[in-house]
Amino acid sequence: MKVTLSIQRFDPEKDKKPYRKEYEIDVDPTFRILDCLDKVKWDIDGGLTYRRSCSHGICGSDAVMINGKNMLACQVLVQDFKKKYIKIDPLPSLPVIKDLVVDMDGFFAKYEVVKPYLIAKTQPPVKERYQSQEDRALIDEAVNCILCGACSASCPSLWSNDAYLGPAAMLKAYRFVFDSRDDAQAERLDVVDTPDGLWRCHTIFNCVEVCPKEINITWHLSQLKKKCAMREL
Amino acid sequence: MIHKHDLIIVGAGLAGLRAAVETSKYADVGVISKLFPTRSHSGAAQGGIAAALGNEEHDTVEWHVFDSVKGSDYLGDQDAIEMMCGEAPDAIYELEHLGVPFSRTKDGKIAQRQFGGHTKEIFDENGNSKRIPVLRACYSADRTGHVILHTLYEQCVKSNVRFYSEYFILSLIMDEGVCKGLTAFNIRDGQIHTFHAKAVMFGTGGYGRAYRVTSNAYANSGDGVAIAFRAGIPLEDMEFVQFHPTGLYPLGILVTEGARGEGGFLVNKDGERFMKNYAPTVMELAPRDMVTRSIQTEINEGRGIDGKDFVNLDLTHLGEAKLKERLPEITGFAKTYAGIDPVKQPIPILPTAHYSMGGIPTNLFGNVLADEKGNIVKGFFAAGECACVSVHGANRLGTNSLLDAVVHGRRTGKTIVKYLRDAEFGTLPANAEEKDIEKFKKLYATTSGENADKIRVRLKEEMTNKCGVFRNEKDLLSMLDTIHELKEKYKNVHMMHKGKVFNTELQEIIELGNMLEYSDAIVTGALARQECRGAHWRIDHPKRDDVNWLKHTIAFKTEKGIELKYKPVKILKYQPQERKY
Ligand SMILES: Cc1cc2nc3c(=O)[nH]c(=O)nc-3n(C[C@H](O)[C@H](O)[C@H](O)COP(=O)(O)OP(=O)(O)OC[C@H]3O[C@@H](n4cnc5c(N)ncnc54)[C@H](O)[C@@H]3O)c2cc1C
Ligand code: SF4
Ligand code: FES
Repeated sequence: MKVTLSIQRFDPEKDKKPYRKEYEIDVDPTFRILDCLDKVKWDIDGGLTYRRSCSHGICGSDAVMINGKNMLACQVLVQDFKKKYIKIDPLPSLPVIKDLVVDMDGFFAKYEVVKPYLIAKTQPPVKERYQSQEDRALIDEAVNCILCGACSASCPSLWSNDAYLGPAAMLKAYRFVFDSRDDAQAERLDVVDTPDGLWRCHTIFNCVEVCPKEINITWHLSQLKKKCAMREL
Repeated sequence: MIHKHDLIIVGAGLAGLRAAVETSKYADVGVISKLFPTRSHSGAAQGGIAAALGNEEHDTVEWHVFDSVKGSDYLGDQDAIEMMCGEAPDAIYELEHLGVPFSRTKDGKIAQRQFGGHTKEIFDENGNSKRIPVLRACYSADRTGHVILHTLYEQCVKSNVRFYSEYFILSLIMDEGVCKGLTAFNIRDGQIHTFHAKAVMFGTGGYGRAYRVTSNAYANSGDGVAIAFRAGIPLEDMEFVQFHPTGLYPLGILVTEGARGEGGFLVNKDGERFMKNYAPTVMELAPRDMVTRSIQTEINEGRGIDGKDFVNLDLTHLGEAKLKERLPEITGFAKTYAGIDPVKQPIPILPTAHYSMGGIPTNLFGNVLADEKGNIVKGFFAAGECACVSVHGANRLGTNSLLDAVVHGRRTGKTIVKYLRDAEFGTLPANAEEKDIEKFKKLYATTSGENADKIRVRLKEEMTNKCGVFRNEKDLLSMLDTIHELKEKYKNVHMMHKGKVFNTELQEIIELGNMLEYSDAIVTGALARQECRGAHWRIDHPKRDDVNWLKHTIAFKTEKGIELKYKPVKILKYQPQERKY
């Protein structure tokens, strides 16, 4: 079957500003959008630029905006779209390096702010630390984040205020605050219990709608907010 | 531009990052990765990581050793396997201490599940010993690699490890047999950089991308293996490529063996659980090579579903709750990519190129070996899937490769820390990056020539058909011709896009060159090895031949082409026996 891809192009070595280009290609309905991009790149224009690696939604490389919604290009098939005119753009609000490749440095800098690593202040036992199944369940969803950036790039609060740490970083904070093995709750809450932290989240749910791992990010943030409120009491 | 670090680690998967955690406490370390670290393919590992913790039932290191030796079809080196299995429990506890969120047992310990080829010994009523599956694979739902990869990266962030993300390495800098560093280009601006180091370690991952049907990421183009080969370092046992039994039809995306570990059945078009004809005691939990050949035989003999190239993996009897708890990720894959709900319908699967048993030869401590005699290459180390110790021999057991990457990443790290105590930078040879600059210039100057994709497609297609699950002399000879023809074409490859910034076409062309380089070694080794052993199955030599072939292949790149030498397998406790399950 035929589909038309309308892709936002931008080559910093040639273009003053981004423009759109259309490509009509012949594909199987079971092609991933990523396969369509490959087809354009390999057959028509080797310069078309995007990131990718695993090709099945686990590495987080290829979050882009497709028909106005952030998603992984490897996680949707052509047949998932009713119209065979598909618009592909880079993740919104992030600086574009080239075509669909955005600069994620800022995204990762915010990730680092929340101390994204286990801080255990006691000497570990010889074997494993114990953790109950109930405690483990608290972080079941949060540990699935693949750092694709789709959520943060969909967040209106972040669009309007770039200082906001954003949903992905907050979720990471949750992942450690609610890990029964972690001893740095207070330090981490200090980082997120700030105007540019948790309190910029206005529960708009855009992030939840786009997360390719179906993580209920807003729920996790609300649990963090409760934790902060509790500690003020 | 020249960068200087005591140690340069290439690769930010489990092997590279585990080594970085180990060494960064003592040395100035730079980690280079063509992908942002958490995008490395270790993150795709689903099922688990093996260690005889005995958390769910009685288990012993000895059983783990035996299973790995037998699984390797006796080609694994038993000293290396003993060390790996022996260090496994500690390595796992350490991962837990670093923060890995393992799934848990009822009493809060690390949870474990069954996996193919991992067994315990029991005795039947007549006192005969029998082996049945054991709960040995430590897991975190079906996202085990993902959580370990993220945890190791987190620890590197904590200790401020210097990362060069989206840098692509091109060549090793060797000076009279000593490794002094390497060259790489920054994908973001296309500039070639020189990295000067006292020690270089590769953790560059596997080479499954040379096949059309594969579970491997785009990034698994075997760059490290090819780069080492070009630098005069031999490659070991390259012909052993593991085909995983259950790739999602038709792309080959992996459906974890955990699905069978949890009780999934394999059925053919007659609804028959055909594994009973091939491995009656362990059925679907036989080692991968056996299950793969069983499936391929069913397909080849016309018992694929609707006469097509797949059979079914049936999980419907497991029920929705269990699928949701234990196998959420693959449930999602089946829905997204095959439009199938595993709660209600069986999943169509076919064998998929999955794991590279061969690679850069190393000793037990991560030193790269210069020859079949055991001489080491000073300053050069390797671990993980790009390396061949050999702990996997002719066939890797599931969950042993994350273990390999973690144990050897750690052990190699320790070796390097010692090495660095009295190592020096030395002087870099003049014009170290000359060759790469020339290569780039040539590509940038092309105005016409061969289409890279056409070369790539043909390589992958023919490797799958002629050097896949079943092999024979005729096909392998024809495959060698193809490779030589494609290598000639590659010399004239045309690069359409001439930009410097993020030129991923340039990157892909270099990867293609690497794929051609190591495919030659795979096929040459496969052609020479006239026997069936583990993943290497020659229908024209249908038996394992311990008299002539119980030995490792060591391939050298020479002016005249690839030259093969051999070295003996280390056999300690377990003498080769017929492999029955
Ligand atoms: C789908 C799938 C599921 C699996 N499941 C399991 C499992 O359940 N249990 C198990 O034990 N094993 C499993 N395996 C195997 C296991 O995941 C791998 O063997 C292991 O993760 C390899 O780790 P590594 O660190 O050696 O390499 P990788 O994680 O592949 O990392 C390679 C690194 O090298 C870098 N690199 C490569 N080339 C270059 C270059 N030219 N320049 C710069 N950087 C470069 C990459 O960017 C990357 O960071 C699975 C494999 C696959 C494909
Ligand atoms: S929370 Fe979801 S959308 Fe956000 S970075 Fe993680 S995986 Fe991506
Ligand atoms: S390519 Fe890895 S998430 Fe899409």
